[in-house]
Amino acid sequence: MRLVENGRIAEDRYVRVDDDAPIPDRVPVIVSAKRFQANAAALTRRDGSVGVLWPNDKRVAELEPWLGHLALIALVFPKFKDGRAYSQARLLRETYGYRGMLRATGDVLRDQFHFLVRAGFDSFEVKKDADARAFTDVLARYSVYYQNGADGRAPALRRRLQGGNPVPTTGETV
Amino acid sequence: MYVYDAFDRTLVAERVAEFRDQVARRLSGELTEEEFKPLRLMNGVYLQLHAYMLRIAIPYGTLSSQQLRMLAHVARRYDRGYGHFTTRTNIQFHWIKLEELPAAMTELASVGMHGMQTSGNNVRNITTDQWAGVAPDEIEDPRLWAEVIRQHVTLHPEFSFMPRKFKICVGTSVHDRAALRIHDLALRMHRNEAGELGFEVMVGGGLGRTPYLAKTIKPFLHKRDLLSYVEAVLRTYNQFGRRDNIWKARIKILVHDLGPEAFAEEVDAEWQVIKDGPLALDPAVVDEIATRFIYPDYAPFGDNPPELAETRRSDRRFAAWLDNSVANHKASGYAIVTLSLKPEGGTPGDCTAEQMDAIADVADRYSFGEIRVGHEQNLVLPHVAQRDLPAVWRALDKIGVAGANIGLVSDIISCPGLDYCNLANARSIPIAQELTRRFRNIDLQRDLGRLHINISGCINACGHHHVGHIGILGVEKNGEEFYQITLGGKADEDAKLGTLIGPAVPYGQVADVVEDIAAAYLELRARPEELFIDTVNRLGVEPFKERVYATR
Repeated sequence: MRLVENGRIAEDRYVRVDDDAPIPDRVPVIVSAKRFQANAAALTRRDGSVGVLWPNDKRVAELEPWLGHLALIALVFPKFKDGRAYSQARLLRETYGYRGMLRATGDVLRDQFHFLVRAGFDSFEVKKDADARAFTDVLARYSVYYQNGADGRAPALRRRLQGGNPVPTTGETV
Repeated sequence: MYVYDAFDRTLVAERVAEFRDQVARRLSGELTEEEFKPLRLMNGVYLQLHAYMLRIAIPYGTLSSQQLRMLAHVARRYDRGYGHFTTRTNIQFHWIKLEELPAAMTELASVGMHGMQTSGNNVRNITTDQWAGVAPDEIEDPRLWAEVIRQHVTLHPEFSFMPRKFKICVGTSVHDRAALRIHDLALRMHRNEAGELGFEVMVGGGLGRTPYLAKTIKPFLHKRDLLSYVEAVLRTYNQFGRRDNIWKARIKILVHDLGPEAFAEEVDAEWQVIKDGPLALDPAVVDEIATRFIYPDYAPFGDNPPELAETRRSDRRFAAWLDNSVANHKASGYAIVTLSLKPEGGTPGDCTAEQMDAIADVADRYSFGEIRVGHEQNLVLPHVAQRDLPAVWRALDKIGVAGANIGLVSDIISCPGLDYCNLANARSIPIAQELTRRFRNIDLQRDLGRLHINISGCINACGHHHVGHIGILGVEKNGEEFYQITLGGKADEDAKLGTLIGPAVPYGQVADVVEDIAAAYLELRARPEELFIDTVNRLGVEPFKERVYATR
């Protein structure tokens, strides 16, 4: 597994803490949804960032009161084919306005990167090293998308109207 | 025709480049077959019994002559000289080599064609009426709305890994020719009391092992809300559809388990949040898409030109074809011509490269270069001047697609079955072929009238057997092929699932059973005008059942 953040391979600053283990001081931690919900008030007041590992069969609406205090939400792809977390990500970003880090965990392969980025993820626990190294190249494969997404892009239907050429002239995406 | 702009073309080209890389990684061994599988499936590539199969999307069943010629070229260069049109109005090639796939896709991309979302758990090709834009009973062209949805769901960041595939159908006519209610999501345009246009939204239709007709969750949805509502339906399904059991993963199971009302409430709650956001379709957005549909410049011809009546009088075969395979057009002096891909002894939906080229030529000369594919696995020339009908008939007859059997007993819908498909339990194509031989007499066919036979080689129901007037389903019993027969199904505006008539019959008896059913109908019908389906509705399946099992 390799972590990708800001488009490149990065060290993970966060420590995953088991439910029965003590929470270390002043270290960014990721706790389970169960532990977080049982102690949310205390956890969000602690000295150090807190993140939560949120399962893909639990409504993200439950996190709404805490979103301003969460530094990271890790969503789960138990299998490549299980795409529930894409909806959770867009809801967190677009409906609830979550601004912290959104991490994709589990069966994360290169062929999901452009979907993940556009759904609002900005941190990726990539399963294979080769995929993690290819992150930037893979994202560069597409220069056009039809839809709006958590990346703030307007739908192509609307961009065409604005008279602009929907196809970029440089490497940037539209 | 919808004309692709630079934006659409760039996306297709980038997709092909990505797939080329994925195939290279598979061929080098960097990807295992297991890892490659979901990637190829997102590009319409299946691994079948004998070879890879490539399915090419034909959005809302509309093809240009240039695209049809390209399909002919692909059939010739990369396959065995033919292709197969499907009930989803796509085309598939059954004998493609993996190493040649990227080249075939590059060639297809040059005419704007691709295999994106013809497989995988995403929104599949959006289907509609094959008479879109030309049917006299249409409110407006449904392809406009199909195109708006197509663009929105192509490589969608949220809906590319749903619990299961998702089929959307748009209808805007009084008569449903697109089988709306067997789709995961069906949108039927109509006018509300205030005279505004919008859609009735139906969800949870589908055949397979648990057949359901779609249920209405919103009687009237304003046009401006189409995309946001579709998004809310997909989001609800993506989060809550079952993923633990592939047989219970379609949206129909979710709608059934929650109940349509609770499902509708869930969708509505989501929709209220997003309806006024970027997905709201103001008229300018829709108008922009509309400008890229090019319509023919029809000549001011009158209906029923003299040369038509003359040929009709002098040629019986032409007269039969004109009666059965030609339909009224919304423009005076024009007609809609259906090309039968159901010849005697043929495979329903198959078309050779030579036929494709010839049809493209006829389309250029007589149909403004446009061809349609219908879910019954036939092709359509949508804009033929009535005075050209004799010439068109001769050209089509020469290549074997001028059958007068449209809508009749030999116009059979069939899946590929065990001859190609690794999911099948039984053969479908040889059953269809045998039936076309038994009913080869066109006078008998016309006497039997409108009668739809649908055949599926397994419970997945790709041949839509549940909604056939006569449905035939292949099953396996102790290693042998058996077939269940249902009667009374239909896929039109009064859609209904067929009723099983009794125990399955062995392969060798299927054609005899269908002949018995047809003979029983001729005796039982109240008058010659009473259609087969109406006789079944009036009497139920009992008298047919008695006839079939009396001697078996």
